[in-house]
Amino acid sequence: MNKLTRQLLPFGTLVLIIVALSILRPETFLSLDNFLNVLRRTSMPGIIALGMTFVIVSAGIDLSVGSMLAVSGMIGGLVMSKLTGANPAVAAIAASFLTVFAGAVCGLLNGALITKLKLPPFIVTLGTMSAFRGISYVMNDGQPYDMPTYRYLGEGLIPLWKTLEVPVAGQFRPEVDRILMPWQSVDLETVAQGSRIVPHGIPISILIFAVIIVLAGFLLKYSRMGRYTYAIGSNKEAAFHSGINVDLNLIAIYAITGLFVGIAAMIQNSRTVSSQPTAGIALELDVIAAVVIGGASLSGGRGTLTGTVVGILLISFLRNGCTMLGISTNIQLIVIGAIIIAAVSVDQLARSKAESGTGG
Amino acid sequence: MIQNAQDDSGPGGRIALRMTGISKRFGPVQALSDVAFTVRKGTVHALVGENGAGKSTLMKVLAGVYQPDTGSIEIGGKAMAFANPGKAIEAGISMIYQELDLAEDLTVAANVFLGMEPRGKLPMTVDHHKITEDTGELARRFNFDIDPAATVADLSTGDCQIVEVLKAMMRNASIIVMDEPTSSLSEREAERLFEIVRDLRKRGFSIIYISHRLEEIVDLADDISVLRDGCVVHTGSADHIDIPMIVHHMVGRELKDFYPERNVQIGGALFNADKLCSDAGVKDISFEVRTGEIVGMAGLVGAGRTEVARAIFGVDKHTGGTLVLDGKELAIKSPVDAISNGIAYLTEDRKRTGLCLELPCSWNITLPNLCDIGMKHLISPGRETRIAADYGSRISVKWSSPTAGADSLSGGNQQKVLIARWLLAESRFLIVDEPTRGIDIGAKKEIYTLLNQLAEQGKGILFISSELPELFGVTDRILVMRRRTLVGNLKTKDTTPDEVMHLAAVEEH
Repeated sequence: MNKLTRQLLPFGTLVLIIVALSILRPETFLSLDNFLNVLRRTSMPGIIALGMTFVIVSAGIDLSVGSMLAVSGMIGGLVMSKLTGANPAVAAIAASFLTVFAGAVCGLLNGALITKLKLPPFIVTLGTMSAFRGISYVMNDGQPYDMPTYRYLGEGLIPLWKTLEVPVAGQFRPEVDRILMPWQSVDLETVAQGSRIVPHGIPISILIFAVIIVLAGFLLKYSRMGRYTYAIGSNKEAAFHSGINVDLNLIAIYAITGLFVGIAAMIQNSRTVSSQPTAGIALELDVIAAVVIGGASLSGGRGTLTGTVVGILLISFLRNGCTMLGISTNIQLIVIGAIIIAAVSVDQLARSKAESGTGG
Repeated sequence: MIQNAQDDSGPGGRIALRMTGISKRFGPVQALSDVAFTVRKGTVHALVGENGAGKSTLMKVLAGVYQPDTGSIEIGGKAMAFANPGKAIEAGISMIYQELDLAEDLTVAANVFLGMEPRGKLPMTVDHHKITEDTGELARRFNFDIDPAATVADLSTGDCQIVEVLKAMMRNASIIVMDEPTSSLSEREAERLFEIVRDLRKRGFSIIYISHRLEEIVDLADDISVLRDGCVVHTGSADHIDIPMIVHHMVGRELKDFYPERNVQIGGALFNADKLCSDAGVKDISFEVRTGEIVGMAGLVGAGRTEVARAIFGVDKHTGGTLVLDGKELAIKSPVDAISNGIAYLTEDRKRTGLCLELPCSWNITLPNLCDIGMKHLISPGRETRIAADYGSRISVKWSSPTAGADSLSGGNQQKVLIARWLLAESRFLIVDEPTRGIDIGAKKEIYTLLNQLAEQGKGILFISSELPELFGVTDRILVMRRRTLVGNLKTKDTTPDEVMHLAAVEEH
């Protein structure tokens, strides 16, 4: 097995899952709505997984991302609750800004503790995982903040087309009568009663995810900071002796991850129209799993963002497919666990084969 | 318990090990072809060859790590096949690898008994008292001065090797394979190891001794076999062969001038250290390196040579003294400052502090240089690969492609990748720390030539080495370190190895 097939393996598995589900559930699975729905759900953990890729490539780990999501989300909720009298748009922008800022500060704190106290990332983020969660409970006595006007990121679309749907006698669902361009409109009075116009397009959250994939991909592959991330993960001492400011880079890596978590928290708040102190419990496991399935090595120096995106999509489609096939969430956990172990052991097998081939 | 290997009439008589017709292929590479290798009982049999000649593969076949495609192994006249390393150990074969594999956090005794601990009074426990006693007893029998209760992490490399030898004895080994045992030892520790090897031979053990240091081989070995490209090209008594002949067999050609001819014009002052002190304990180090000059630094392991390099390069903290390069006083707080001021440091341990092994060679070469090659903000992979290919070809690095992983290269080529890194940095002053350790003789010569060329270009070089012959072969001046301070500054052509050794090793009162 060469390098290319090794990289293509998760992608092949993803395609296989999609094809299998398309055959098994052509009606429900194979629809644009379902795909957009899956992608929309993926955007939140996906954005965090992009940050986690930097962390794991640098031979680190961040267990605190789930708690960080809750804390930065709660900050956003707090801001909204203080600004109830203000213009909803201004309040939403202020909340969004502070949510992202809070995430970045949390990440910065992780990075500073890891480099300045010279503690292992596992320990530091295990500690902050607990502490951040605690803070998010303390903030509103364990209660969520309602954010009724904070909907745009969760529901908003870049409109592409609209459909006019009219009820049909004897059927539960209305049917599409005609397709309209975003700028076209129909006077609902003139069509059958109970008709509605449904907008279609790219959900804002998916767009944000896509933009961050491109940005992060660029950063990891073409920037010095990305290159140094690989070098530090592969051999920290060698990186230091090559004149790389290891501490500064590590702090930047954790801060960027925090920033991404903040953006994800924003999307999460908007989807639930509230900020929940229980948000993101066990999220770190899915995120780390995605990065590892995507081919990154927990010992550092290896991993790509394309791999991570494939990894997180694989998990999402697997979840979606299991639901469609009526497989319980409990079984889903087992399946995902098995896939993680299979992905890593295939990788390990390929590596040990490659190594024994260069003896002599 | 364990005394000597099975009693015998004496050395030379019986055959301890006979490997015949051994072939091993890895994919397209024929690592060994029809190798015959015989070790007489109670002798030291040296196995030499360039890196990649097949020495390690042959030894791994012997140790049961690899299964040969063809061929047979006889131990004491009995045919054997080792399905796994455990079977080889049972048959009395013990390997002491270059990278010792000891459990660092355990005691000497626990390491010696690893995997064969006697049961304690309670179930699932180990009788620590007994293993400490027995290890001490064993050490006394071989006159090893080692504390069985000491933790391995606190021991010197030389002492760790003694632990390995004890481990081998405890497992009733009769054939001991030593792979580059002296590569990280000081001369004094190496001397002690030679004594141990001679003593083991006297007691009837057979030793297969792999080393790049030909001086010690002709001194120590009874028989010598030379491998080249997976074939045995010479085997016979050490009495009838000298170093030039061995080299001839190894490389397939004569290496007439092993060290390059030096006729460099030495210029004015380039680098100057004045009363340099660091928090790693080096004190009052003052010396000068001129343009075009190669200055050697000798000393025993632990004398503080690497610490001087680390202080200059900003790895350790300065606690006093000044550094001047090109007439400019330097303030160096970290390697970042050192590199931007034109200082390069080829570290002594290329795997630990030099290379990012799983990353491409090209990335390793450009790592400290991205800003200098105009990639401060944006890396251009195509141009990066071309630059790496260019610098790699200047010093003839052998790689399948510049983007191949650094771990796919041999030791000598890995070292060249690091040299390419500092060539690209266009440093004025190079510190090279044990640059030829663990690399084959052909690559060594290339590195000497390369250093000489760099000196010709007007660079200054500080050459730290534990091998006196190479210091005498390539340097203009030799600094001698002892106990973290400078005790000698000698013109190479006016001194002798004996004088340098005396300065490095003998306390004056």
